[in-house]
Order: sequence, then C-alpha cells, then structure tokens
Amino acid sequence: MILLVDPGYRSGSLPRDEFVLPVVRIVERSGMSWIYRHYDDMDDEEVLDIQGIIICGTALKDNHFIAHVDRFAWLNGAMVPVLGICAGMQILCLTFGGSVKEGCEIGMTEVNVTVPHPLLPPPPSFQAYELHSFSCDPPPGWETLAVSCGCVQAIHDPNRPRFGVMFHPEVRNDRVVEVFLEMCGD
Amino acid sequence: MRLGVLCSGGKDSLYACYRAMQEEEVACLITMKPKNPESYMFHTPNLHLVPLQAEAARLPLVSVHTEGKEEEELVDLAGAISIAAERHGIEGVVTGALMSVYQSSRIQRICRDLDLWCFNPLWYTDPDAYMERLLTSGFRVIVSGVFSAPFDASWLGRELDHRAVKDLNAYVREYRITLTGEGGEYETLVLDAPFFQKRIVIEKSEIHYRNYRGVLDVKQAHLEER
Repeated sequence: MILLVDPGYRSGSLPRDEFVLPVVRIVERSGMSWIYRHYDDMDDEEVLDIQGIIICGTALKDNHFIAHVDRFAWLNGAMVPVLGICAGMQILCLTFGGSVKEGCEIGMTEVNVTVPHPLLPPPPSFQAYELHSFSCDPPPGWETLAVSCGCVQAIHDPNRPRFGVMFHPEVRNDRVVEVFLEMCGD
Repeated sequence: MRLGVLCSGGKDSLYACYRAMQEEEVACLITMKPKNPESYMFHTPNLHLVPLQAEAARLPLVSVHTEGKEEEELVDLAGAISIAAERHGIEGVVTGALMSVYQSSRIQRICRDLDLWCFNPLWYTDPDAYMERLLTSGFRVIVSGVFSAPFDASWLGRELDHRAVKDLNAYVREYRITLTGEGGEYETLVLDAPFFQKRIVIEKSEIHYRNYRGVLDVKQAHLEER
C-alpha cells in the first residue's frame, strides 16, 4: 500500500486532480494499492501500515503548505521509502533542516545528473517537466543527484530511502515513480 | 475562489468547467477566436457556438479575437484573462488541458505573470475513466471535426455515446489514435452539460469532408428547454 499525500490548499481540491491522480495512475499500473490523505488529515498511526509514501505536488500558486510544514513532523518517524515531488521535495527539505527560496521554472527543462542513481534516467541529462515557484537548499548531509540551470532537481538522504525531485516525474518521466515503487516493494 | 474557464466549446474545456464548479465558483467563460485556422493554441470548429453554451450555462463570456500567430496569440490570451479578472473578479483560470505541455506551460506562465491560479483538472487523467465519467454525468457531446485516418464522414455530427467510445477504442488499438482526441485526431462540440439550464439544438449544418479531414459546420442553432 502506497500512501499518497496531498499538500494542496484543501482536501480534494482541484490540485488533487492535477497532481495526485496522475501519480495514482502510475501506482495502479505498477499493480500496487494506494491510499489518499490530505496532509491536514494525517495521523501517525497511518504511517505504520504502508510500504511507501509519495508526497505529491500542488498548483504553482499554492504555497499554503509552507506555513503548515509542522504538520509533516510525522515524516521523522516514517521508516518506509519516501518520495517528495515538487512541493513534496520542498516539504522534505523544510522538515529535515533544509530551506526553500524563490526560484521559478515552468515547462520542459534540461536536468543534469550529477550523481547517477537508479531512480533517475542515466547521465548526462534528461528532459523533465517543471512547475514550481520555489526551489530548495537540501538538508545538511543529503546528496544532490541532479540539477538544472535554475536549481537542485533531485536529492537523496544517504541514511534513509528518502528522495526529493523538483520536476514532475508523472509527466513524461513515469519511470522515476516506477523505480521508487520497486524500492517500496522490495 | 472565483475562476474563469478557457472554453473552446469542446468536451475537455466544459468537463473541466463542470469539475471546477464542484470545488469552486466559476465566474465566467473565456474564449479566443483565432482568425488563423492553423492557430497553435485555440483552433477548433464551431467556436462561434461558445456564446450559446455560455448562455445555456448562464455564465458571462469574455470573447477576444486573435490573429492566431504563434506567440502573438499568447499576448491576446493574457489580455483576455486580464479582462476576465477585471470584469468578473476571477482569481484563477481553468483549462481542459489533457497532456499538452506546450499549451499548459504557456498558460501557466501567463497566470503567474498575472498573479492568478491555474488549474488543469484533466491533466494526465486516465482516458478510459474520463470518457466514462463524461458519458455518465449528463453531457451530450458530438464529433464536430475529424483530422486523421480512419475517421470517415459518418463521424461528423455523431454523438459520443458508449458505442462511439467502443469504436474509438478499436481505433486506438488499430490506428494508435488517442481515445480522447488529445492528438488532434478529432474535435467535439458540447450540446448539453449537467450545469446547462438549456440544451443546444442544431437546426442547420453542413459537412465538409475530404481525405480523412472534415468538419461539421453548424450554420444555425438555438437553445431549448431541457
């Protein structure tokens, strides 16, 4: 069971259709079951019975979650693999000691792989869909796996299977999500 | 949140409108009328029926002409959205974009420049599930244009019902078209929707078809009680 966390401004709001449901399609295609939770509705117990967590993205103008990042403190106790996509990567950064700053990218962008990793397409680079108004400074000790001209694009906690990607893998880079799901199935 | 829906008159923009109404307040429709039939962003048959759809939905319409040249039409679109924001107080824009990164990125940039929200509720949606939802939620949709093999002239004016979707699925397998017409293989016109107060009735139309390309040109239509 994969837990899909919606960081959108309201449970079930329009960003869920645009940023969570496309990830649902990939999870279902991979033969895994899933459960949807808005971040406001999370409680610690739910984190115990799942194989992996994906924190999805939200609308470009939606930054409500930044003011409520304390509601993601449960991530500290999550022992299963975690993938943060866009807003999800920003949440991982803020939860584990990194920071976010203004930095906008929209549309297909060249992403350069700095540290080859099975999660990402092979080096030297790949095209990815971007839709973010903030970028990340990774938490201390986390590895930067990929960058664009504008910002850090992929990060990894070397001590735990926690990953963040700033691009949207559900658009033209499904394989990133599929590889993550394979990690959850192991 | 008050929203303006970019409307081409086809199933995707009006289904996106329907979905937006379930979560927020739709304040107006916005339509672009390109003079260039090869418009990169906005071309679709029967755009002249969008005012009738707006009337059927009892929504105000912001309609702006554009020359339909590649980058100039984006300036015109930004102008139309600005007018909608000024006249109707919209805080965001809704589109029926399915998978077009080209269209979506451009509209996202315009909305960012105007400090507006941008929503694409059909983005990367499951095509089968979407078509099923469309058929079962009270929409009446016809095919208004075909632009690829193997569509013949009988598709023009054909209602999108379960049988039509079954035929489209056969084309998906045999000819690798997209089920939703995302690849521009066919265009649609919405005659009725769950949020319409009246339905559109076509009185006079002409079919123009040649070599797997054709349109249903609606010459006269009116609204009737549902």
